[in-house]
Amino acid sequence: MTPQSTPRDELPNPWDPMLRFLRSAGFRFALLFAVVFSAAAAGFAFVLWFATAGSLDRQTDAALRTDALGLMERWREGGPGAVADAIAERLAADVENHAIYMLLDPQGRRVAGNLDRWPASVGQGPDGPWSFAFVAREGTSVEARIYAINLDDYRLIAGRDIEEKQRLRDTLAEGIAWSAIAASLFAFLGAAVLRRALANRLRPATRTAEAIAAGDLSRRVPSSGRADEFDRLGESMNTMLDRIDRLMEGVRGVSDSIAHDLRTPIARARAKLEEALADTSEPGALRAAIEQAIADLDHITRVFGALLRIAEAEAGARRAAFATLDLAAVLADVAEFYGAVAESRGQALETDLPERLDLVGDRELLAQAVGNLIDNALKFTPPGGRVLLSARILAREGVEVSVADSGPGLPLEDRARAGERFFRADASRGTPGSGLGLSLVRAVAHLHGGDLLLDDAEPGREPPGLRASLRLGTA
Amino acid sequence: MRILLVEDDAEVARFVRRGLQEAGHTVEHAANGRDGLFLAASEQFDMLVLDRMLPGGVDGVRLVETLRAQGNRTPVLFLSALSAVDERVKGLKAGGDDYLVKPFAFAELVARVEALARRPTVDAPATRLKIADLEMDLLSRTVTRGGKRIEIQPREFRLLEHLMRHAGQVVTRTMLLEKVWDYHFDPQTNVIDVHVSRLRQKVDRGFDKPLIHTVRNAGYMIRAEP
Repeated sequence: MTPQSTPRDELPNPWDPMLRFLRSAGFRFALLFAVVFSAAAAGFAFVLWFATAGSLDRQTDAALRTDALGLMERWREGGPGAVADAIAERLAADVENHAIYMLLDPQGRRVAGNLDRWPASVGQGPDGPWSFAFVAREGTSVEARIYAINLDDYRLIAGRDIEEKQRLRDTLAEGIAWSAIAASLFAFLGAAVLRRALANRLRPATRTAEAIAAGDLSRRVPSSGRADEFDRLGESMNTMLDRIDRLMEGVRGVSDSIAHDLRTPIARARAKLEEALADTSEPGALRAAIEQAIADLDHITRVFGALLRIAEAEAGARRAAFATLDLAAVLADVAEFYGAVAESRGQALETDLPERLDLVGDRELLAQAVGNLIDNALKFTPPGGRVLLSARILAREGVEVSVADSGPGLPLEDRARAGERFFRADASRGTPGSGLGLSLVRAVAHLHGGDLLLDDAEPGREPPGLRASLRLGTA
Repeated sequence: MRILLVEDDAEVARFVRRGLQEAGHTVEHAANGRDGLFLAASEQFDMLVLDRMLPGGVDGVRLVETLRAQGNRTPVLFLSALSAVDERVKGLKAGGDDYLVKPFAFAELVARVEALARRPTVDAPATRLKIADLEMDLLSRTVTRGGKRIEIQPREFRLLEHLMRHAGQVVTRTMLLEKVWDYHFDPQTNVIDVHVSRLRQKVDRGFDKPLIHTVRNAGYMIRAEP
């Protein structure tokens, strides 16, 4: 016995849910949201920093520069002595004890100022005269912003104690750090909410699609009533599903029809042939049976052709063959074609057509549909009766072609069923026909964005006659 | 006539072949598109009768397209189980000359084969057609019989013209429907018969020798001899 093994790729991967999560569009949108939100927070923090801490720094630097320029002025006016006096003056005036000065003579001795030593790192940095340094003042070391210049052989430092500002900066930085943490939290919270909202809005569509995949074709995507992108997606899906439903119905209809009305003539032909085979004594009978069988087969072929035509129209595949045509000319041709039949039966086929009737459609199917209507009308109109083919442009968009006869009309209860495949009203049982004529007309009407309407040609008259109106949209 | 039949169904092929041979033609048969294309390209035929759907990688449409691309203008009649109008258009666009949907009556096939064979390959526009004492002037669009003018409507003129262009040949009802009215549907009633009988009234009535004849189980024919 071979040990039962599971193929490798069927093993559940523990990372799968994680991967699926990372790959989801919801996650990507959420991530995008988080990134944008964080970027906005960072920009905000940067501006805040620049406007507060940065501004303080710039103020200090400006004061130092002014200070240094003032001292240089003094130097030019009165030499080291004047500068030393100025420094002493300024130190005396500095109540907050933030000012730092130091003037060294060429020998490195302190001439004036409040520093104990010349700070080590001053004047060598990349910022030219500017630097930050820890300086020794009155025995303690403080952090200071330093501006160092050379006045001939003397060296001068002007500086500010920035310990306090540093503390302010630290407080500010701490605040920003906290708000960054808060912002990140909000970013991720927002992202999660967004992802959830997205998933929630898509769920009806997903559920519907799943139900349909499972075989329930009647399901439709519910609309949220918000008329947003998701509703539009749902509407498109529903339109698509309706179309598929109609196609499926067409296929079902054809297979029902085949089962119902093609088997019967086939069975008949088969029975006749078998009978003839069993009774071969008379060659004439055999020949007649074969001829009858061929006629039966031809009838089956015609029914089959009609069914395929209807399916062709219903599927909408022929929309590709649509072209602009003059319906008036097409109708005139059909009237002329069937007019001969009417004449031969002593009926009158009259027309009331406009000069021109431009329409986008399928000439062949339109001609066949109107032909079927006329053929029907002629069949049910007694000799001497009249059939009127008329066409007019409807008030709203569209065209109406109607065929009115002076026949017995169609009982109300049969009107709804006329147009179903193979339906034949009781009155028509005796006449030739397959019961597919109106089905085709209806399918052609639908293909052209319209419908077939049946009503009395002249209500109140006895017999009322039938008016079949083929409404065509401007599809 | 030498006819190449390309048809994969053995039974249909046998039936068509026998029938065409009985009608006096020589028939070569190929069972798939590849062989059919090879034969059609390498030998001389007066007509090709092609199934549209063929095994062997080359279907009827491809076969005709290939032949036409090589400048081969042999008339082509498609036999096809595909009845949709689009399919017919596809077949004719590829270079087919006629299209017959299966199943068909054999008379229909023979009539179409002969009509195609008789089709003038060069369009030498005839201006007059004449059968016995019936004359048709295509320019003035008038018809006379025995020197007497016959009043005829435009559509009847076209119907008569089609019959006269194929004088001595059977023209089926479907062929008339397609060629004279350009309809490819089943008119449900015997409309064509009615039109022909109306034409007959005008052309043959009052003359002792009828010209328009009914061919049983097939169609109509116009010919001088009874």
